[in-house]
Amino acid sequence: MGRLLGIAIWIITIASVAMFVTKRWWFPESISDHGPAVDRQFMITIIVVGISFAAAQIGLGWAVWKYRDSASAQRATYSHGNNRLEVIWTVVTAIVFISLAVMGQRVWASLHLNSAPPGSFQIEVVAQQFAWTFRYPGKDGVFGRTDPSLINDESQNFVGLDETAPNAKDDIQVATLVVPVNQPVELILRSKDVTHSFFVPQLRFKQDLVPGMKIPVHFTVNRVGKYELACAELCGMNHFKMKSYMLVLPKDEFYELANLPPAQFLTKKEELMAKYQLPQY
Amino acid sequence: MSEATHDEVHRHPAPKGFIRKYIFSVDHKVIGIQYILLALSAVVVGMLMSVLMRMNLSWPGTKWPIMGTLFPTGAPNGVMSAEFYLSLVTMHGTLMVFFVLTTAPQGGFGNYFLPIQIGAEDMAFPVLNMLSFWVTFVGFIVLLTAIFAEGNQTIGAWFTKLGESAWGAGSGTVGPIGGWTGYAPLSALGKVAGPGQGAGVSLWIISIAIFCVGSLLGALNFITTLLNMRTRGMSLMRMPLTCWAWFTTAVLALLSFPVLLGGGILLLLDRMAGTSFFIPGGEFVSGSLIPNHTGGSPLLWQHLFWFFGHPEVYIAILPGMGATSHILSTFARKPIFGYRAMVFAIFAIGMLGFFVWGHHMFISGMSPYSAVAFSILTLSIGVPSAIKTFNWLGTLWGAKIRFTTPMLFAIGFVSLFVAGGITGLVLGQTSLDFFFHDTYFVTAHFHLVMGVASIFGMFAATYFWFPKMFGRMMNESLGKLHFWITFIGVYAIFVPFHAMGMLGMPRRYSNFGEYEFLKNSHSLVLFVTVAAIITVAIQIVFYFNFFWSMFRGKKASDNPWEATTLEWTTATPPPHDNFAGVIPTVYRGPYEFAVPGAPRDFIMQTEPEGVEVAAGLGERSGNGGNGHQH
Repeated sequence: MGRLLGIAIWIITIASVAMFVTKRWWFPESISDHGPAVDRQFMITIIVVGISFAAAQIGLGWAVWKYRDSASAQRATYSHGNNRLEVIWTVVTAIVFISLAVMGQRVWASLHLNSAPPGSFQIEVVAQQFAWTFRYPGKDGVFGRTDPSLINDESQNFVGLDETAPNAKDDIQVATLVVPVNQPVELILRSKDVTHSFFVPQLRFKQDLVPGMKIPVHFTVNRVGKYELACAELCGMNHFKMKSYMLVLPKDEFYELANLPPAQFLTKKEELMAKYQLPQY
Repeated sequence: MSEATHDEVHRHPAPKGFIRKYIFSVDHKVIGIQYILLALSAVVVGMLMSVLMRMNLSWPGTKWPIMGTLFPTGAPNGVMSAEFYLSLVTMHGTLMVFFVLTTAPQGGFGNYFLPIQIGAEDMAFPVLNMLSFWVTFVGFIVLLTAIFAEGNQTIGAWFTKLGESAWGAGSGTVGPIGGWTGYAPLSALGKVAGPGQGAGVSLWIISIAIFCVGSLLGALNFITTLLNMRTRGMSLMRMPLTCWAWFTTAVLALLSFPVLLGGGILLLLDRMAGTSFFIPGGEFVSGSLIPNHTGGSPLLWQHLFWFFGHPEVYIAILPGMGATSHILSTFARKPIFGYRAMVFAIFAIGMLGFFVWGHHMFISGMSPYSAVAFSILTLSIGVPSAIKTFNWLGTLWGAKIRFTTPMLFAIGFVSLFVAGGITGLVLGQTSLDFFFHDTYFVTAHFHLVMGVASIFGMFAATYFWFPKMFGRMMNESLGKLHFWITFIGVYAIFVPFHAMGMLGMPRRYSNFGEYEFLKNSHSLVLFVTVAAIITVAIQIVFYFNFFWSMFRGKKASDNPWEATTLEWTTATPPPHDNFAGVIPTVYRGPYEFAVPGAPRDFIMQTEPEGVEVAAGLGERSGNGGNGHQH
């Protein structure tokens, strides 16, 4: 039984490690400036994890293989432990784990402990049960006043824009996130109803949208294309299809769009969606 | 060291009537078995729910005619709806975390064996003990009513009518759909927030609040009993590691459940009394403005919930660690390696567990600075966890292992604890949480470590203590069959979850078909479903073995495993007052196996000094006692 169990543990270990080593199921390709650093930190971590996991399991498998009961009259080793070993493994694991922890703050700090770099393009993201709205400030670069009492989903005023306010006239609300490539983007995240979460896997980024809060986040995308945006916080029955797209445009194409007045913006956006073969959301 | 005060021989007579003896019993042993039976019932429901979830994920849109009959609104025409799936998610999590992982390990085995292992006749407060079980039981019933309340249904037309008359037309789910974490404001808004947010959520909160009360009563009892009722010679450092684990668990429960209780009451007030603890102003829900709430904080709920929720995962697993240490040493025929280090590690895990709740909230909108602090504290909790693993391996090194079923499950526990715990190094880092938060990587991590490893600890405990509890052995062949399929099965289920996490697959999705980035996942999803169905099915063998052995198993002797601690010194099953009026005295540590020169390869804790003296070993009193030396 001991040998069998040892072998079983080894096979499970090999299979589990192989699942990661073969990369058969892996991250989607990164499209953000900070993405490669996240992936690198993951590689370092998963190597430490893999080695520790394999060492512990192989040791366990070895122990049950080697120290199974035999017919011999000899007893087990009488030992209550070894203080030197306790100190060694405590210190070693403490150093390794805490170093990992400190390294694991780098990307986080670069994105969250600094405010958005100057020249970031601001977009407001408003989540609601089961849809996304993205608001662009228009040519003036300033978001107009909003008020929840003005929200009217039927007349497409999803964010409750006060149309009479001075800076509101050129604000645009759309259901697809369009961002420029290679330029910092600052998203201002908020929610109308319950907690949602903004998740674009390729972006290596996720952030909750919390009702009552405005959460600014920033990142830079470095690849043109269309990417799925998913909700990652349980928000009700249709959580699984609270989907939109992030469309990343070359800078000139993006600014051509962003500077258009609302009606033309929407027309242009439709053209772009057809060009990039984006489904309607 | 506390001295027990039972010098004179006196006995408490056992109650005669059936009700006082088996239902409203104040005997900690009966109460322990009641908790175990409660967990055995809850886990069946929880497991069946997980099978339904897997069926829905693997074969979305399939008609299961029987489901249509059982759940006419949740699965119209037999096709499971999204809200039905989410209610399964919620109820599965709640049942498993509260009514399985918090009842059997602590209320069950802890109740039964803590007093016996420290040489006490009962718990410190027997009536309180009875109350804690029955309060918990009421919580369980209330949770089950949540299933029926929410959906104006559900098992057949009879419940449909009952549900309608009691709560009005429901929404067609089988209960609340907020997840076991019940994040506000989704959980605070009521029916307006959509299906599955009505009466079911209120009952869900009430159930958990009741559960908190029951656990608090239990925790007080455990702590008092352990500190005050140890028999003569049972110093703290001579206690079995199980007792240390139950004690630490009780301390965690005492400090964490009140916070959840408070949070639950506030949430209920938000729903029913119009307060705004968790609901901010300006909410616009389902097409209309919510006028009467202002100033609440959704993050407050998360803080309160996780201040409880993180210690809760240790409440679930520490007793399993205790049982594993105990059983490993017994069947390794070798003293536990590093007893003191094990005690300190248990306590370190317990205490650090109160300072890491924020790692559930890195991306919640909480201050990113505090996220850094929580992250570093989180990874440091890996250190005492690693110490435990090293010491378990140290215990097996140079052992003479007897591969009984309880030992197989204890070894399985070590393997699963490592497999599940180690990915905490990934998830605990803020920068990696950007990607992995709320993906299947998280689901993999906590299912392996707090779910399956804890359950393996309980399987080990069941096979180990069953003979003492019921006077009969469980069948070893069936036990081994159960072990092998379950051990391979749980790995087959939860290792692929990591791969899904690598793809970015979000948790709590009733369907993955909407997303391109998940199209590579179908084979994984199907594989897991098949593994889950097989693994769940084999549990029938365990249930059969459990109940069959209770009446037909081989008669057990008083100490069938040749173990050393006090429960093996008394009759099988133990009499009403545990030691038939003769309170044992303890002379040595709990794991004196393979002592050179001793006549047998184990020395009971009650054997007076002298066995080794005769062999010229001097005053060695065992683990951690006087004269402890390496």
